Amino acid sequence: MIINHPLLGPRDSAEFTYMGDAKQIDRPDWQSPNALAQFIDYAYMRDNPAGAHRELWYHEQGDRSFLVVTRDTTTHEIFSVELASDVARIQGRIA
Amino acid sequence: MKLWEGLEQDLNYNAMVSQRGILNLIHSDAQRDAFTRRGNAMILNGADADLLSTEIIQKRYPFLNVSNARFPIKGGLAQHRGGTVRHDAVAWGYARGADQMGVDIIQNCEVTGFRIKGGECLGVETSRGYVAGGKIAACVAGSSGRLMGKANMRLPIESHVLQAFVSEGLKPVLPGVITFGAGHFYCSQSDKGGLVFGGDLDGYNSYAQRGNLPVVEDVCEGAMAIFPMLGRVRLLRMWGGIMDMSMDGSPIIDRTHIEGLYFNGGWCYGGFKATPASGWCYAHLLATDAPHEFAKAYRFDRFEKGLMIDEKGVGNNPQLH
Ligand SMILES: Cc1cc2nc3c(=O)[nH]c(=O)nc-3n(C[C@H](O)[C@H](O)[C@H](O)COP(=O)(O)OP(=O)(O)OC[C@H]3O[C@@H](n4cnc5c(N)ncnc54)[C@H](O)[C@@H]3O)c2cc1C
Repeated sequence: MIINHPLLGPRDSAEFTYMGDAKQIDRPDWQSPNALAQFIDYAYMRDNPAGAHRELWYHEQGDRSFLVVTRDTTTHEIFSVELASDVARIQGRIA
Repeated sequence: MKLWEGLEQDLNYNAMVSQRGILNLIHSDAQRDAFTRRGNAMILNGADADLLSTEIIQKRYPFLNVSNARFPIKGGLAQHRGGTVRHDAVAWGYARGADQMGVDIIQNCEVTGFRIKGGECLGVETSRGYVAGGKIAACVAGSSGRLMGKANMRLPIESHVLQAFVSEGLKPVLPGVITFGAGHFYCSQSDKGGLVFGGDLDGYNSYAQRGNLPVVEDVCEGAMAIFPMLGRVRLLRMWGGIMDMSMDGSPIIDRTHIEGLYFNGGWCYGGFKATPASGWCYAHLLATDAPHEFAKAYRFDRFEKGLMIDEKGVGNNPQLH
């Protein structure tokens, strides 16, 4: 698979480490009243869709950035690639 | 193990159960410690395990490269009663056995939904109509997430692709199953002569039933590290299948929160060797509504209770188990 890195252009997926579902960006608030339930869901439960899947790829052999890749799990076709930091910024998780 | 040993007699079906032994190679002192521990755990649980020296291994398997500069073979853990079985024949044998005992097997019939009322599962919608049932038991391996999604359940499971490979037919060269401990590579020889081998998952969520080349390369490098004699062997075919990789690498055999709906899955890539025992424990659960003694730990709630069975200690990374 070729991952079209937003900064570095097309890169072989072998340069990356797969980190799983992109929902892991949304770390729950540990002070919320149902934090326990939220963390169990965050750490262990997955949608595991057959079709479009938003997932984290870590460019370990490259610029060490985390990417959010939207990929079809039934064909391996990649629809879009974003910097995880951009995604987190849009969500207001980082300044 | 005894269920495998009696399988062909029980089913009156030749499943080509062959107890040719399995050998896990050791490449470092730390690995010897880990495998000694594994062997002791096996013996404590009534299975067989035998720690072999490099000398004995060399005598039994003279083709192994024990002095590879990077991954020397320092010993091995053998389970002499392990081996190979023809997987199609197991499915056919069980199907015929079940049929003879009065089970209806409906082929080409997809479960498309569950009929759930007031927290109770009453039956399944299928591509060939509705089927009602007192107890509904799901057991669909790589499709677990997709199927249970129809009951609005999310699982501690991801689906990943695992590839397997078969070489051209050779004369008998490999007496048993051998696994390489420094990378990930395992190999046996089929009765037709082809070497059957595999290695790691590709490592990303997939339902595509095919993998990519980096893992093919990695598996072949593992092969060359211990079997330099295979350098000229040609690959005949390869394929990928979908694994129900659980968050701790161990399976689930349990009731769901929906009354009457049961689940067996999350077997990762070890589900074939578990077939008779998994079925045995699932049948016990279905018949008695209580987990079988051997499957007491395989519960859904172990994740929230912190009772994970994470043998490798790699945490909630399904692709690493
Ligand atoms: C390449 C590869 C190598 C492997 N090597 C090993 C090995 O060496 N040792 C080992 O122990 N294990 C191995 N495994 C794992 C093992 O094959 C599986 O864990 C095992 O086959 C699972 O058996 P099962 O009966 O639970 O599921 P399956 O055999 O997958 O059967 C599930 C059935 O459910 C059906 N199904 C799915 N969805 C629906 C639906 N909605 N409605 C109706 N039916 C449905 C499917 O059609 C299928 O027939 C390997 C797997 C792969 C892919």
